Amino acid sequence: MTSQGIILSGLDGDRTWRLADYVKRGGYEALRKIIAEQIPADQIIGEVKKSALRGRGGAGFPTGLKWSFMPRAFPGAKYLACNSDEGEPGTFKDRDILRYNPHTVIEGMIIAGYAMGCERGYNYIHGEIFEVYDRFEEALAEAREAGLLGKNILGSDFSFDLFAHHGYGAYICGEETALLESIEGKKGQPRFKPPFPASFGLYGKPTTINNTETFASIPYIIREGGEAFLALGKPNNGGTKLFSVSGHVNKPGNYEIPLGTPFSVLLEMAGGMRGGRKLKAVIPGGSSAPVLPGDVMMDCTMDYDSISKAGSMLGSGAVIVMDETTCMVKALERLSYFYFEESCGQCTPCREGTGWLYRVVHRIENGLGRPDDMDLLNSVTSNIMGRTICALGDAASMPVQSFVKHFGDEFAFHIEQKKCLVPPQVQYDGSKIYVA
Amino acid sequence: MLSPESLKKIDREVAKYPADQKQSASMSALRIAQEEKGWLANETIEFVADYLEMPAIAVFEVASFYNMYDLAPVGTQKITVCTNLPCALSGGVHAADYIKKRLGIDFNETTPDGRFTLKEGECMGACGDAPVLLVNNHQMCSWMTEEKIDQLLADLQK
Amino acid sequence: MLDIEIDGKQLQVPDGSTVMEAATKVGAYVPHFCYHKKLSIAANCRMCLVQVEKAPKPLPACATPVTNGMKVWTHSEQAVKAQKGVMEFLLINHPLDCPVCDQGGECQLQDLSVGYGGVQSRYEEEKRVVTNKNLGPLVSSDMTRCINCTRCVRFTTEIAGLMELGQAFRGEHAEIMPFVEKTVDTELSGNIIDLCPVGALTSKPFRFSARAWEMSRRKSISPHDSLGSNLVVQVKHDAVKRVLPLDNDAVNECWISDKDRFSYEGLNGPDRLTRPMVKQGGQWIETDWQVAMDYLVQGLKSIKSEHGADSIGALASPHSTLEELYLLQALVRGLGSDNIDFRLRQSDFSMDGLGRGAPWLGMAVADIASLDRLLIIGSFFRKDHPLIAQRVRQAVKKGLKVSAVNSAFDDWQLAIQNRVTVSPVEMVRALGRIAKALAIETGKALSESFAESLAGIEIDEGSKSLAVSIASGRRVAVWLGNQAVQHAEAAKLHALAQEISRLSGASLGVLGEAANSVGGYLAGALPNVSANGLNVAQMLAAPLRAYLLLGLEPELDLADPVSARKVFQGSEMVAVFSAFKFEGALEYADVMLPIAPFTETAGTFVNCEGRAQSFHPVVKSTGDSRPAWKVLRVLGEGLGLEKFGYEMIDEVRASVLGANMAVDPVNLDCGIAEVPVNIDRNTSNVLQRIADIPIHFADPLVRRSPPLQATSDAEVPRARVHANTIAMLGLGNGIEVRVKSARGEAKVRLSEDNDVAEGCVRLAGAHPLTAGLGSLHGEVSLERA
Ligand SMILES: Cc1cc2nc3c(=O)[nH]c(=O)nc-3n(C[C@H](O)[C@H](O)[C@H](O)COP(=O)(O)O)c2cc1C
Ligand code: SF4
Ligand code: FES
Repeated sequence: MTSQGIILSGLDGDRTWRLADYVKRGGYEALRKIIAEQIPADQIIGEVKKSALRGRGGAGFPTGLKWSFMPRAFPGAKYLACNSDEGEPGTFKDRDILRYNPHTVIEGMIIAGYAMGCERGYNYIHGEIFEVYDRFEEALAEAREAGLLGKNILGSDFSFDLFAHHGYGAYICGEETALLESIEGKKGQPRFKPPFPASFGLYGKPTTINNTETFASIPYIIREGGEAFLALGKPNNGGTKLFSVSGHVNKPGNYEIPLGTPFSVLLEMAGGMRGGRKLKAVIPGGSSAPVLPGDVMMDCTMDYDSISKAGSMLGSGAVIVMDETTCMVKALERLSYFYFEESCGQCTPCREGTGWLYRVVHRIENGLGRPDDMDLLNSVTSNIMGRTICALGDAASMPVQSFVKHFGDEFAFHIEQKKCLVPPQVQYDGSKIYVA
Repeated sequence: MLSPESLKKIDREVAKYPADQKQSASMSALRIAQEEKGWLANETIEFVADYLEMPAIAVFEVASFYNMYDLAPVGTQKITVCTNLPCALSGGVHAADYIKKRLGIDFNETTPDGRFTLKEGECMGACGDAPVLLVNNHQMCSWMTEEKIDQLLADLQK
Repeated sequence: MLDIEIDGKQLQVPDGSTVMEAATKVGAYVPHFCYHKKLSIAANCRMCLVQVEKAPKPLPACATPVTNGMKVWTHSEQAVKAQKGVMEFLLINHPLDCPVCDQGGECQLQDLSVGYGGVQSRYEEEKRVVTNKNLGPLVSSDMTRCINCTRCVRFTTEIAGLMELGQAFRGEHAEIMPFVEKTVDTELSGNIIDLCPVGALTSKPFRFSARAWEMSRRKSISPHDSLGSNLVVQVKHDAVKRVLPLDNDAVNECWISDKDRFSYEGLNGPDRLTRPMVKQGGQWIETDWQVAMDYLVQGLKSIKSEHGADSIGALASPHSTLEELYLLQALVRGLGSDNIDFRLRQSDFSMDGLGRGAPWLGMAVADIASLDRLLIIGSFFRKDHPLIAQRVRQAVKKGLKVSAVNSAFDDWQLAIQNRVTVSPVEMVRALGRIAKALAIETGKALSESFAESLAGIEIDEGSKSLAVSIASGRRVAVWLGNQAVQHAEAAKLHALAQEISRLSGASLGVLGEAANSVGGYLAGALPNVSANGLNVAQMLAAPLRAYLLLGLEPELDLADPVSARKVFQGSEMVAVFSAFKFEGALEYADVMLPIAPFTETAGTFVNCEGRAQSFHPVVKSTGDSRPAWKVLRVLGEGLGLEKFGYEMIDEVRASVLGANMAVDPVNLDCGIAEVPVNIDRNTSNVLQRIADIPIHFADPLVRRSPPLQATSDAEVPRARVHANTIAMLGLGNGIEVRVKSARGEAKVRLSEDNDVAEGCVRLAGAHPLTAGLGSLHGEVSLERA
């Protein structure tokens, strides 16, 4: 955990998740300021817009704009949901935020609740990090105790309550409407949009969903101003961002750096390539983002625009680094298996297509590839993409398309030679994916 | 059917949701029931359904949708190893293989003494700590080298 | 209104329309599986992807709202490519063995794959296999064929009201199933067979007995409940193979109940009466029509001359056709008697002569959708009127508030806002309280007939909140159910219901028990008070010499089977007109005439909303059986009666309905003349019987359908008693008990049911096990068997 930013910085005490510690770091100042100065909701949303904060959950949607979609004057219940279902392979930042700095998320959500007129919020926490769920509940109790949550917050007439809801092993619940279904106690099958959550969300009421890191950025923006946040990053890519670096690096972990930082710098922070080996490929934004060859990546800066120009996505900021010992067919096989297993099963192209993709890649990896398999993969992915209810169909397809596109020769070699282009021993030394 | 303590925990979860949305607590109710019973038998699912005033099939949908619920008996120690790509790049598969060898079982199998069940997991949101594994869903173990696996298995044997 | 262009055609659609609805309007066919006009939108099959101007990707027509100025292409290159892509996915795991699939020839997947499927499958991996589920005696499953469109799941949840099916597991492992080892028990379950676009859910009784193209489709009308569902009867080699709904949005929409769908299985059982039979010297012999009719004619003539015409009486099933009912009463009256009735389970006739017309629903069935308040009195609503209940269920979702006053409740699978549960003997007072509370709530005066009798009655919380509810409606209805009509104080209940509807500005209606509960009135199949005719109760109380029984099984269809049997045994002649032999008839009848069930005759049913629906025979008569209207006509002629020279059934029909063959609305009226009603302080500490008529026992045809008899709705009746009453009696749930009435007894199992009023025993009628008790209501006792 290294921070040049705002969320993970100053976390050097041994109980950084406690309220007292957070307050010492300036916690809840933003909220107090809002309450004391009775800052109008529009002004808060305006500040968020100014900050150019973009959603940290994957899609990078401008947060201020999203907040302005909420029908503030709509009578009746309105809800807020925090997406801590972090299940996108490679992403592990929200866990650290909740583990070490849960109150910043709570404060961010209270402010959001204030700005959008929500009465209640839920934080949906990935089931596998159950310790964090318990810790978050403790933090909620602290906040409630301190009058920061619940009825008449800090003596004002603003009331807002917040609860934790846990997932239990379904990647799809990270998709915002599946997440809402899951909070409603159902299986997490995404809803068709429109209607969008801002008009028909949790229990059919207007709802806004943001990622944990998005909410965690809010207190700073309110405290220091939108401009200050923007200035931390670069235009249209405001602020600092957490990058979860995993794979073949010496120091995997979370790095909070200004948007726009060169990839090479991030790689260096992560201790450089393990064993000094050569960089082969990087998935820059979580497993759903298209893979990029190492040299392309070395020319990128870590921000939404640069990565997108290079043909991929900044996504959730999960940087999966692969060195020359990696068999790209094997790597894709594992990812395709993931999407096949995690498809919710609702819509036809994804339910049927993800299994097909996996089986073909699996076949190629196991020396049973056929000459037209690469065409088949491209055709099946194009029949999935854009035709599904949620973006999981796209998420399953983009890795396949990009792996085949950038590393086609490895696939061809597999199909023709019935074996790996990267010799097994080399793979074993490096990734340990392959065990004879 | 469930202990008073479990019911109290479930009630606490129910209270998190609007009064007419009891069923929102189905996931935590199933989790709590599983913690008590070890796994989710059909009777348990039906009990939860009645308790939350839901159709039994709706609760079964939930129980069968989320991976961490067990619809069949598992060992007293369920070990779930992440083998997804980021973990695999840092020895996740290798760790799983090592556990398989140590316990003499494959994924989705239980040791003859009923103590250990091994499962293959998907991304747990802890890829930086690879290899990672979960014990009984809630205890996460990080950086699982062979030595640490030996230690863990020894602890769990006790 | 929004402007939209679809495939070059311009049209306007209401706000909120989907592209699918708009496409249907211009006749552009968009292929689809999961979309169904009566179900919520799932948008999961993705077959309906169409091209929309400015949209980067194809959009599902079923779920995409129309926006003003939208341009859509349903068959453009982009659309068809997307549709073909989806079709390929649907087929990769679907068995391609249409010739052995029961859906073959009527499968949407098969049909669409012809247009959208590829020539050869590119999928060469192993196909998925899904285990079949036991869904009960009516629906067969072949789950490997399922395409997960979830229509069946949505049907049980949304239309039938209870989620009995779900989609368990996820991804490719997703499976449609009921909860482990449960079956699908809704009385509407057969509709999932129609909804399933592939061969995953098919009809169990019909399974593999014919191919769609081998059968002819003939229209008919259901002879069972008072709705008169429109049917398509499928016929092969002159046998009914299958019954399906015929879409009629005004009546049954696209649904039918399981009773409508599977009763045909009872048509040709072993006890079907196929030849005329007469009893000679205590022996039944088969004979021909000539002999049987001569026998009957001679018998009637001699009884008339010896004892007078009024020693002859006739009883008809309310499931008989309008024409049959008309001719039967004409025959009786032609003979000079006025003893005719079709209200077989009714017991209070004090309203006779006061009514202004045929009791009916008081409104069109389709208008249920726009009701905002409804009060149902004395009804086993869901099982007695499955599809009307379905309509109410949909209306509830749009804000209709339902209240009910009953002696016992089943789960109606719809929210009941105010529920009053009282013993049958307290029913009148309960309505009295409501009427009074309403008068206070609305500030209107009680009418004279009640002013005095309600003066001393105190209203309680329940009646008050019920009154508040119905008084606050703008479109209110008050309905009397079968229980109320059969009630020992039916007239008072009716009068009070009338008062309640007057005070609340509601329409008053009677739900009606059978297919021709309205038609019987229109046909005049009931005694005329001024002519001193006897009603059914009187005919059974003061034994007559001769009885003509049309279409009923007295043991099960009369309010009091015990006296019926005794009376028939003691009479000189009993002529049974029936499609079936039955034990009672073999014992006391003298002649049995095989008449055609609804599939073999033409006729008319007038449903609860007063809609006359005529139908034709769909198959030839079985054996020597003949349509009853023809038999009655010949009989009338044989008896030398006038006006029996009908050649065509239309002429008979016109005699009732007039030249335009429709019910004149002036003849439909639930109103009764106001007479002073006294409300006794009826309380009783003796147990009271409450008898429901189980859905699959209600008429002779359903009783004989083996698959229906295997459903949970046909379970052996139990004595259902409130826990407090069980405790008070010192009995235990589940034990065997003897239920005793003044007439007899029945041995059944006791079952705790807190939806039954305290101090009551709910025990089904129309069942052989309970027929010995005599009356459907009144005092009973319970003891350990
Ligand atoms: C398959 C799928 C999985 C997703 N998983 C996550 C997730 O784990 N965490 C997350 O914050 N967003 C996830 N998202 C994105 C959310 O749908 C949503 O866009 C996001 O939570 C919005 O928050 P933001 O605007 O703050 O980014 C996922 C989307 C898809 C399609
Ligand atoms: S794309 Fe996949 S995950 Fe998303 S709704 Fe469709 S089946 Fe479910
Ligand atoms: S009919 Fe539209 S997605 Fe199925």
